Amino acid sequence: MRRAFSAVLMRDLRLATRAGGGGGMAVFFFLIVVTIVPLGIGPDLNLLAMIAPGMLWVGLLLSALLTLDRLFQADFEDGSMDILMMGDLPLEALVAAKAVGHWLTTGLPLVIAAPLLGLLLNLDESAYPPLMLAMLLGSPALSFLGTIGAALTVGVRRGGLLASLLVMPFYIPVLIFGVGAASAATSAMPSGVYGQSLSLLGAVSLVSLVVGPVAAAVALRANLR
Amino acid sequence: MSTLSTSQRLQAFANPTRFMSLSGRILGPMAAVTALLLLSGLYFALLDSPPDYQQGETVRIMYVHVPSAWLAMMGYMIMAGASAIGLIFRHPLADVCAKSAAPIGAAFTFLALVTGSLWGKPMWGTWWVWDARLTSMLILLFLYLGYIALWATIEEPARAARGAAVLALVGALNVPIIHYSVVWWNTLHQPASVFRMGGPTIAASMLTPLMLMALGFTMLFVTLLLVRMRAEILRRRVRGLLLAKADM
Repeated sequence: MRRAFSAVLMRDLRLATRAGGGGGMAVFFFLIVVTIVPLGIGPDLNLLAMIAPGMLWVGLLLSALLTLDRLFQADFEDGSMDILMMGDLPLEALVAAKAVGHWLTTGLPLVIAAPLLGLLLNLDESAYPPLMLAMLLGSPALSFLGTIGAALTVGVRRGGLLASLLVMPFYIPVLIFGVGAASAATSAMPSGVYGQSLSLLGAVSLVSLVVGPVAAAVALRANLR
Repeated sequence: MSTLSTSQRLQAFANPTRFMSLSGRILGPMAAVTALLLLSGLYFALLDSPPDYQQGETVRIMYVHVPSAWLAMMGYMIMAGASAIGLIFRHPLADVCAKSAAPIGAAFTFLALVTGSLWGKPMWGTWWVWDARLTSMLILLFLYLGYIALWATIEEPARAARGAAVLALVGALNVPIIHYSVVWWNTLHQPASVFRMGGPTIAASMLTPLMLMALGFTMLFVTLLLVRMRAEILRRRVRGLLLAKADM
């Protein structure tokens, strides 16, 4: 089972790097979103520093949403999904492998790129480690919860937009705790907010690690019958 | 007949034909009770109850606002409960019930938001504040709309039912998490809310109309749910007949 899991994971990673831009595209999208913000609200550095953690998190959310429809749709269209489902890997584990692949190609590159984009938004240097730690803890939840939306909309016309609509409310706790951790480092927050938000963020991620694959597997079985 | 087990009795109610005849018989009386409750509730709420000593006449918005908010949450609970029953026991009426409850619940959520906004303008001086309750109510509306959108996009009822049930259950799991995260966020950003007024207890002269309205709204919800379920069953029969005709 472990071999099958890593085979699916490696296949997804190979597909992402050799065809389709992989993490590069997501990072580019993230960069564009962050560049558009100062153009929209003005170049005031103090204001930018204040909203930087929130804007970086919103950018991360949007990039994760944008790549959701590629999770199952391409495999569904060329028929490889049927073959993957016939294999001896349980569907839940298959979804988990796909979610890990999604995280490695979109979540992780964005977390690594975040400090660079923080520079553009005049984010305080002391906020980089907490921001990156929070993103590292929270971004797996984005991928794992995202599988639910992607699985529900497999085979639906214009499913990508619908998947974003379905999943966005589930992302709200991740956004709130993630921004809480990052802004606790920059502004005068009551002590304990930082640790509190990090542990809550970790809890949300752990819950999504279980709920995402199980719910997505039920949805996939219903859609691919 | 007396030897039927409990599950067999439940099975009997699962029969759509039996449901149609039973619901057709009780629909009329239920509509009458709903109208009676709402009329008497509205009479007490609008005419025969005192204005609040602080809020004046605007307190009367409460008699519509509070029951709507209750039913917005009850609607989601009905939807999620019916989805669970449909997913686990394959009860044929359960997903009809879940599908029919969603637009009614969404309507009550919208009503609660609109009346809250109308009440907020004279009381707080603004149409909208990012208060924890308002925010989680808005997110509840988004959850309803996503659920309705999923039903609308998947054509085949059996497939749509299972997908929508998964969404409703994940949503039900997430509603408390979202609510507490919003409360946490709200206390972080604005300590000491401006509008923590309102007496600790509610006067009896206000409680009577509120309870009447709450009962009337609940009856309205159930009546509308029955009407929508009947319409949905008929719609599926028409679809089946059309498909059978197309096959010939």
